[in-house]
Amino acid sequence: MSDIKRLDLEYSQLESDRMRINVGPQHPSTHGVLRLEVEVDGEIVTEVVPHLGYLHRCFEKHCEKMTYLQVIPYIDRLDYISAMNNEWPYVMALEKLMDIKVTDKVEYIRVIMAELNRIANHQIAVATFGLDAGAFTPFLFFFRDREYIIWILEKMSGARLLYNYFRVGGLAADVYPGFKEDCLNIVKQVRKTNAEVMDLLIYNKIFIQRSANVGILTPEVAINFACSGPVLRGSGVKFDLRKDEPYSIYDRFDFDIPVGTGEVGVVGDCWNRNMVRVNEMEQSCRIIEQAIAQMPDEGDVKALVPKRIKPPKGEVYMRAENPKGELGFYIVSNGTDKPERIKARGASFVNLSVIPEISKGYMFADLILILGSIDIVLGEVDR
Amino acid sequence: MENVNFLYDLLGKNVISVLLIVSLPLMFVLVYALIAILAELKVSAWIQERLGPMRTGPWGILQPIAEVVKLIQKEDITPDRSSKLLYNLAPFIIFTGAYAAFAVIPFSEYFVPAGINLGLFYIFAVGSISAIGIVMGGWASNNKYSLMGAMRSVAQLISYEIPAAMAVLSIVVLASTMNMQEINKIQSGWFWNWFIFGGPGTLAKLWVIPFTLGLGLIYFISSLAETNRVPFDIPEGESELVAGFHTEYSGMKFAMFFFAEYANMFVVAAVLTTIFLGGWNSPFGDFMQGPFWGVFWFVSKAFTVVLVQIWIRWTLPRFRVDQLMYIGWKVLLPLSFICFMAVSLYVMLK
Amino acid sequence: MIQYIKNIWAGLSSTFIGMRITWKHLFVKKVTIQYPDERFKLPEKARNRLYLEMSRCNGCNSCAIACPVNCITVETIRVSPDDPHQEVHYNGKDRKLWVSRYDIDFAKCCYCGLCTAVCPSEAIQHTTEYEYSVYNRESLLYKFQTLTPEQVKEKERLLAEFRAIEKVCHPEGDAKPAEKKVVDKKTE
Repeated sequence: MSDIKRLDLEYSQLESDRMRINVGPQHPSTHGVLRLEVEVDGEIVTEVVPHLGYLHRCFEKHCEKMTYLQVIPYIDRLDYISAMNNEWPYVMALEKLMDIKVTDKVEYIRVIMAELNRIANHQIAVATFGLDAGAFTPFLFFFRDREYIIWILEKMSGARLLYNYFRVGGLAADVYPGFKEDCLNIVKQVRKTNAEVMDLLIYNKIFIQRSANVGILTPEVAINFACSGPVLRGSGVKFDLRKDEPYSIYDRFDFDIPVGTGEVGVVGDCWNRNMVRVNEMEQSCRIIEQAIAQMPDEGDVKALVPKRIKPPKGEVYMRAENPKGELGFYIVSNGTDKPERIKARGASFVNLSVIPEISKGYMFADLILILGSIDIVLGEVDR
Repeated sequence: MENVNFLYDLLGKNVISVLLIVSLPLMFVLVYALIAILAELKVSAWIQERLGPMRTGPWGILQPIAEVVKLIQKEDITPDRSSKLLYNLAPFIIFTGAYAAFAVIPFSEYFVPAGINLGLFYIFAVGSISAIGIVMGGWASNNKYSLMGAMRSVAQLISYEIPAAMAVLSIVVLASTMNMQEINKIQSGWFWNWFIFGGPGTLAKLWVIPFTLGLGLIYFISSLAETNRVPFDIPEGESELVAGFHTEYSGMKFAMFFFAEYANMFVVAAVLTTIFLGGWNSPFGDFMQGPFWGVFWFVSKAFTVVLVQIWIRWTLPRFRVDQLMYIGWKVLLPLSFICFMAVSLYVMLK
Repeated sequence: MIQYIKNIWAGLSSTFIGMRITWKHLFVKKVTIQYPDERFKLPEKARNRLYLEMSRCNGCNSCAIACPVNCITVETIRVSPDDPHQEVHYNGKDRKLWVSRYDIDFAKCCYCGLCTAVCPSEAIQHTTEYEYSVYNRESLLYKFQTLTPEQVKEKERLLAEFRAIEKVCHPEGDAKPAEKKVVDKKTE
């Protein structure tokens, strides 16, 4: 719809007073305590300035005072709705630094946990995106299913959201009896709900009207801003660390990387970003099914490392495909049991920086949708 | 003017009967609003596989009363820099606009508060009062969200009144009267005599039925927009404008907005019932036909329409401002003109 | 023009599809758990409020060290051999340390489970108890020590007395390895 750009032109010729609106930090749809300072000309957004830091917790500095094991609960709190995925690159980085090889069973459980959590994360992302567009019912359908996923994760790790489950060289606990059946049931349920939400929300004409052709992020801009995850793939760039730089055992699974196709609207608009997430849920289901089939039953998952982890001197960077994008940990070790420096590269933070670029010239209501389609978590943005 | 009130027959034309006539719809509105709020809570919950409120009374049926009590207890905040008079007046004006429309709504053959001949015209006239109230509230709150909500709301109300008026006008052409009571009387008999099925007539009316059905749909969609319901709840779209024009209101004033919204929902549902769905007529000829059954039929039909509004609310996402205008001016208006011309042609040929 | 009609049709039809789905869901069995009446059974592993089994705790302080938020405070007194009140551990060994203070501040606790992992005697455990809201933060400070303040004072006095005797008998150094023998000698 080129209507909007044209509208913008017409409006800009009529000089009018501009209004500055504060969206957030207590606004209902900023997905956390993000403050956007928006300048609007009537309904058209002319400038957006994100203000961060309302949730800053000194994560990186704090880590320097803690042992390697104590850092893991804090890492859960970065992207608190996909905590399993967060822990993974951290423990992988330490394993790389200490040159530990983990057993097959551990790898499979890690993959299943991460993919379950990815589904849970995308369910929230799609649900809140629908909520931003005004559709309330799909939100609760997704939350109902997410609850089942969280039950599995709770049975595995003992916590609903902040799992503290991955350990350097292993896991905190073994699988419980009936785990495989639970996972397969969940996969079925996720597919059922997705099919329903496709009709109810994704292919609804009003929803398409609202989200297609809005917030177009071209591949060049996406790459220049170092976007990653569904934001990048929504722009049609086929980049997924699970395929392009296979870590762990992702090379053993058969799955596709969904990208924005421009089925309705233009490649890189909000609808496509959202659709990538919906398709990724299906791919995660496929990975879980394969992993369940291949997973060995016997084997120990407890780590075979000393309780006090002392990696050798050196530095390491490890990245993994988080549901939100690329999450990387840069760890400098000085040979003691406390890290010299930990730097987290949060996907939400990088993806958020693209907001001022892509939301100019759209309507105020679109800005909310663009923000929702980028799917940020303020825990990761502010750290 | 014909005497259409059973209370006049009963008590004669005096102050008491007039007061009773004025207050009966008010009682009705209060009771209805409580039921509608409960319906909204429960229908939304059931659609989303929840149970909804369950604690207040059996199955939570006292929940609306609890909410009203809560709202009464709340602090009534007036923002410091607001324009006090307008700010305090706005909720009352909105509610007055919604309530005034009840004057001409024919609940039964023998009960319509004021059986004036220009009933439909009157409804559109007083319906626009709420736009003034919304602008007053939005402007006086001295809040940017409220102001934007108010601006959107007025644009929406004005543009959607035209297709709604066109739909109503078509029925006026068919019925050749603006008196709502007369319109109801014309539609008596079986349900195929309703105006949504072309009104009473011979088989020759078959070709006009699609147009009258379309008119019914157009009126229904416009009425959704006029009452600020989803998918047209842009003035109060909570994800963008927090709560739109009533962001700053709390306590009883907020409750007034709330009541006005539900009263408005009933008004548009009542108009739809009256002019399209046969009003107080039984759908099955003489079966259960009569003044008392009339109230039953009228209220149940109107409430069904309200339930459909609620159902739609929990199904659809929200439009954007420019799309709303597009639908109002470029879709509904031309279509209503087409239907209007078709209906006029039908009346000419008849 | 065709696109215009198509758009209207798509809008109407997708609305009706959506309404059909929501209509179906009106009659689906509801998933709500009526919380205070019925509860979701938490798994055994669920990490909720901590509980310390004092008879198993040997006061090794490793939970306090492992805690990332420092919500556990442990203070111990060495058991004086003179003490008439001696305790035997779950594994049959004598208690070496009296735990005079064991506080967990649940306002700080992040329920990470690191303390339970390091505990050598499985004394500190997560329970599935999650309903312990209180009106002030002070009430969230849970004290797990079984000794009363008077008892603590008594133990401290006994230890100080023992130390004093120790110093007289063995002025050259610490009496740590020879506690039992000292007791034997005295009884002789």
